[in-house]
Amino acid sequence: MSSSSMERFAPIVLVAGLLFFLFGTFWQAVAPWLSLRHLPYKSIDEIAQTVPPTFRMMADDYPDEFKKYFGEPDTAAFARALRIGRGVYVAEACWHCHTQQVRPVSNEELRFGPVSYPSEYANALQLPPLLGTRRVGPDLIREAGVHSSDWHMAHFKNPPAVTPGSVMPSYGWFFDKDGSPGERALAVTAYIQWLGSWIPNHAYELPTRPAAQPEKQ
Amino acid sequence: MTTSSRDGVCRPLVWAHTLASLAYIVIVLFAGMLYSLQFLSLFPFPNVEFLSPGRLRMLHTNGAVYGFIINGFAAGLYWAIPRFTGQRVWNEKYVGWFMFGALQAAVLATAVGLLAGYAQGIEWAETPIFVDPFIVVWLIVALFQFGIPIYRYGKSGPMYVAAWYMVAGCVWVPMVYVMGNYIPQFFVPGIAGAAITGTWIHDAVGLFVTPIGWGLMYYFVPILLRKPVWGHSMSLLGFWGLAFFYPLQGVHHFLWSPIPMYAQYAAVISTVVLELAVVTVIVNFVLTLRGQFGQLANDLPLRWIYTGILNYAITCFQCAIQVLLTSQKIIHFTDWVVGHAHLIMFGTFGFWIFGILSYLSPKVKGLEPRSTRAGEWAYWLITIGTILMWFDLLIAGVVQGVSWMSLAPWMESVRVSVPFWAIRTATGTMIIAGMIMYLVHIAESRRAPSAGRAGSA
Ligand code: HEC
Ligand code: HEM
Repeated sequence: MSSSSMERFAPIVLVAGLLFFLFGTFWQAVAPWLSLRHLPYKSIDEIAQTVPPTFRMMADDYPDEFKKYFGEPDTAAFARALRIGRGVYVAEACWHCHTQQVRPVSNEELRFGPVSYPSEYANALQLPPLLGTRRVGPDLIREAGVHSSDWHMAHFKNPPAVTPGSVMPSYGWFFDKDGSPGERALAVTAYIQWLGSWIPNHAYELPTRPAAQPEKQ
Repeated sequence: MTTSSRDGVCRPLVWAHTLASLAYIVIVLFAGMLYSLQFLSLFPFPNVEFLSPGRLRMLHTNGAVYGFIINGFAAGLYWAIPRFTGQRVWNEKYVGWFMFGALQAAVLATAVGLLAGYAQGIEWAETPIFVDPFIVVWLIVALFQFGIPIYRYGKSGPMYVAAWYMVAGCVWVPMVYVMGNYIPQFFVPGIAGAAITGTWIHDAVGLFVTPIGWGLMYYFVPILLRKPVWGHSMSLLGFWGLAFFYPLQGVHHFLWSPIPMYAQYAAVISTVVLELAVVTVIVNFVLTLRGQFGQLANDLPLRWIYTGILNYAITCFQCAIQVLLTSQKIIHFTDWVVGHAHLIMFGTFGFWIFGILSYLSPKVKGLEPRSTRAGEWAYWLITIGTILMWFDLLIAGVVQGVSWMSLAPWMESVRVSVPFWAIRTATGTMIIAGMIMYLVHIAESRRAPSAGRAGSA
């Protein structure tokens, strides 16, 4: 191509505008998709088939509220809680302060637990993905079981009261007028307690977790 | 309202977009300021659902792109395109005003939607899902509105550099927007979806804001300096380098993530290589200024623009370092990236818009731009504020990264960050004060200079 033909309308639109874009997008977006397309995909209802013990415990801890908003702690209720909880997580932009990915560097494995791997994201709760790009608070992909559900309730209501100095906002509107957990408090806690629940017991084996758990100090 | 004069510019449209851009930047600054107070535990409206800090953050970033930057660029395009192509845009009376109204409606619907809790979970695409189709239609109409005059002008031979960037940008954005807003939302989950959102985040900056911004620079800088851009082959290198390497970088927002390494390596390498293309562009503009450095002293629009170019050079140089997998171990997820984002979105593109708008605001009224005391205050307050904020956040980022690596309790990293966050809020106050001065400057520069004051100005 002579240099003046590179200054005409058609090559700019077709080569720079379309061809280069498609090439870049292929390498950065389509190829990873092709590489990962065989991972088994789970819908929310499929995920909810295993109801974690934390969800049942919430039904015991807050019997009236739980009954009012979710009925029995069965798979249908868990699916609903996950949907609402994830919705809250998106609407409040929790994902602009918390990531959901453990990297294989910078001691993250020691701080948070096992390094993230692709298949654990192949599900409807990662559509769109919530890996995040900013950490003001800790990563949450291994959060299941790190704290009790009670802790989360108190924390959502007033984070600095639970973790002195915390800059996490308080979420008073997750709670009913009398201060008992509302639908959103129960749902977002169920969602948080689900994150990483597919990796058994890691929370008890980490050297750094006790420091992050004021209730055990 | 289509009072176009002989140069084919529809001045009311330019002015309307100018006003909209300035209105949104004020909202953006206040949302950023409020959110920054959360980091000091001083948030003034705790437990008010519609002012939830996270929602304000999304208002801050989305207002910056869709409100402030798109409107500012539209004002520049409506002025520049007719003047250098000799062609009027597709249609002012219907399409122009329809686009203007539709854009403001989309931005306001986004603002209300975000505050009411209807955000979409994709960075830079938090615009509620029900707003997305309207933005897509808007972008396609914009492609015709600005593409048609460029096409008519390009039929007769080689096009001027500004046109390359503008037409390529207008072709890229609708594709980029559809890819980023729909595919990871409905079709591709998980890690592959993350690769696509990364590509979207990057393309929104690299294939939309950057090319339109540089397109405007290739028009306004020669006009302000009254001479052509220094090197033509440099312009070619810059454009084709950007067009080739920019789309290849998306995954650099997710380095060390489970995304396949071939995509991560390509992103790192193309990011570093792109800096070579950037150098050609910067050198080209600096050499254009050669011999006229003195003009920076009293030509405010030119000074905003060249400060923006300097900030662009700094950001891109920074980018080549921070993208390395080694640096990523420390600075990923920290305030370093936030500092970087402010220097490019505000320090570069925002400054260019300030330069363009302070040039156009008197021009659309038939007056010549002139320097005012408020304009000087605005420039210095905003420039110093932005540079200090950037520097403060860079250091904060390193401190946070090292703290996390050290396995100290998480709250340790929060405690050491608080002084840096306090400085950010202070510099933000400087920026807001500068912004008020800027609005005063715009108002003053649209008043006909009285005989007495003209001499002193
Ligand atoms: C302004 C940033 C910010 C936002 C927004 C935010 N958080 Fe946090 N979060 C933090 C910080 C800082 C901590 C660490 C201090 C603490 O325990 O409060 C934290 C801690 C947590 C923890 C405890 C983590 C652990 O392992 O100890 C959970 C769970 C959590 N946040 C969930 C959420 C959810 C859910 C949302 C959205 C409703 C949210 N956060 C919004 C900053 C934020
Ligand atoms: C008063 C001045 C400002 C203040 C106090 C401010 C404050 C903030 C804060 C607190 C954040 C969130 C950082 C975090 O998540 O840790 C942020 C993010 C951001 N702001 Fe601002 N901001 C200001 C001006 C601007 C302007 C004018 C623009 C653009 C034109 C801008 C663009 C952005 C962008 C793009 C981000 C996202 C950064 C990222 O996710 O990496 N800001 N700002």
